[in-house]
Amino acid sequence: MIAVAVKNISKTYDKVSALKSISFEASKGEIFGIIGPDGAGKTTLFRILTTLLLADSGEATVDGFNVVNDYKAIRQRIGYMPGKFSLYEDLSVEENLEFFATLFHTTVQENYHLIEEIYKQIEPFKKRRAGKLSGGMKQKLALSCALIHKPSVLFLDEPTTGVDPVSRKEFWEMLSNLKTQGITILVSTPYMDEASLCDRITFIHQGKFLDVDTPRNMIAKYPSKLLAVSASRMYPLLLDLRANPQVLSSFTFGDNHHVTLAATYSVEELAAYLRLKNHEDVLIQPIEPTIEDCFMQITTTADE
Amino acid sequence: MKQFLAFVKKEFFHIFRDKRTVLILLAMPVVQIILFGFAITTEVKNAQIAIYDQSKDVVTQQIIQRLQANEYFTLVENISEPSQIEKLMKNGRVSMVLVFEPNFQENIEHLGKADLQVVVDATDPNQAKTMTNYVTSIIMQYQQEFIPLKSEVAPMQIVPQVRMLYNPQMVGAYNFVPGVMGLILMLICAMMTSISIVREKEKGSMEVLLASPIRPIFIIIAKAVPYFVISIGNLATILTLSVFVLNVPIAGSLTMIVAVSLLFILVALLLGLLISNLVKSQVAAMLISGMGLMTPTMILSGMMFPTESMPVILQGISSIIPARWYITIIKKLMIQGVDSVYIVTELGVLILMLLVLLAVSLKTFKKRL
Repeated sequence: MIAVAVKNISKTYDKVSALKSISFEASKGEIFGIIGPDGAGKTTLFRILTTLLLADSGEATVDGFNVVNDYKAIRQRIGYMPGKFSLYEDLSVEENLEFFATLFHTTVQENYHLIEEIYKQIEPFKKRRAGKLSGGMKQKLALSCALIHKPSVLFLDEPTTGVDPVSRKEFWEMLSNLKTQGITILVSTPYMDEASLCDRITFIHQGKFLDVDTPRNMIAKYPSKLLAVSASRMYPLLLDLRANPQVLSSFTFGDNHHVTLAATYSVEELAAYLRLKNHEDVLIQPIEPTIEDCFMQITTTADE
Repeated sequence: MKQFLAFVKKEFFHIFRDKRTVLILLAMPVVQIILFGFAITTEVKNAQIAIYDQSKDVVTQQIIQRLQANEYFTLVENISEPSQIEKLMKNGRVSMVLVFEPNFQENIEHLGKADLQVVVDATDPNQAKTMTNYVTSIIMQYQQEFIPLKSEVAPMQIVPQVRMLYNPQMVGAYNFVPGVMGLILMLICAMMTSISIVREKEKGSMEVLLASPIRPIFIIIAKAVPYFVISIGNLATILTLSVFVLNVPIAGSLTMIVAVSLLFILVALLLGLLISNLVKSQVAAMLISGMGLMTPTMILSGMMFPTESMPVILQGISSIIPARWYITIIKKLMIQGVDSVYIVTELGVLILMLLVLLAVSLKTFKKRL
């Protein structure tokens, strides 16, 4: 069953094109990840789907309801967590949750089971003002508030930005649990490592969706052999790699450079080239591409 | 309905948890009224006066002595021709000149009436009024004590003829109470409401609210309710303070005053809503309501300066300021105590403004971001 269907959605702000004819579908009970850097158009897309903005052209439905005409029905059944923390900092944790429960015609008791796992972690602080919570706890509270009315589709715009790694991990575990309740989750993130936790992902780049697939297929589709290259002087190494016309791409990932070579160029030839450039401790290893490699490869191809 | 009440409750939390807001909402009306109250009861001490005595007889000498003995006045100059009056006033050496007519004593004894002209610099109307009151009472006292003894023909009168220079209407006396009412209600309803709505936009919570089932118009109404309630409380405070602390009378119907004030509060709330529809940041809301509403309300509404003496252009601008009409009505009802018939025009204008603002606010209201 299709939970979210988007067809040729475009949106322009004062001549700047934010979304360029985007189309995709997300099935019920799926975690659909929208991966891309800041300014790629993620928030605009979320606002259109949550009926907060009107697209210039194209159509979209959420749970079968049109985002323009049936906006009232959609507002009854979605949960939305904007990128910016948007609960009330001067209300306590408990007051925030109760306010949002009432707003959605429900009570905290009625749907407590949905948020229990998340909320019990912040419950000891329920008398504390939301503004005084840590980043991770704020996100948990925001998620609790977005979930309290048992939405059928949950929109999470960069939920883990500014959150520590431990809380991020916990957050994603919660999302997998929600999925088992049949809730469709659309989540955007600039973190590539989170992409592999989604059922399906898409890369968004300059307002365009570059590909939609499962993370595993994305990696399998990676067109060339990937090498991790390191040496004692990393920056000159990168410059030399980029100066070599046989090297198709080279990006820094952590403590080595990920490199792809032209089909006719061998690893030995690359090693010889680097020795000629006086690099010491050169290490070249074939590796499995990550989602980030896929993203870099796909976006560079798109830019060309 | 439950949704709506939860919203109103939340709004009260916002207000009462922010000390600055509470201060503006609750303390400011009291402070304003008290401050203006003291401003108006300024006592005059050692006012510099000049005397133009064309008679120089016993009676005038006695009166002058009494004036000099008084702590309120200091005689700085005896003048001998009328042209000096204007000169002394203009260079600020004196703020009052007493002119005794020729043959003062003779007139009083034979005609039973003598004229004393009191010329006052009424640039500051409050001070001018106080000074003339002092002079009048000194003369009355003198009259009672001395004149009946000297004469068989009673009653005899010294008639002080007061002439206010520069501000003959004496506008400003009781003006400030209606003025402060207009100002405070405008500030609380328009500025505070617009800021509180725009704050939701700025903080991003408006996004969450709009994406929820609550109808957008209820969000706005719920935000306005607390300010409406607080305004009514302030209205009561201002009226109570005016009557019991400052002794400003409520000459007209209290019911009408309250009814007109409610109408004005609604106009101001709609203005606030309109501002919040048009701007995106709290700073912009503050600037528009501060510069665009407060300043004209203070300067052009007739609170400080009489609208009648403004240039035509400013009169035109002042006529689109709701507070001007409100202040006029309140002045008429409260101080002059007129019948409701006499405020029909002003009331009509306010109702018209209400309808126009309602239409424009609904038109510009957005149910999306």
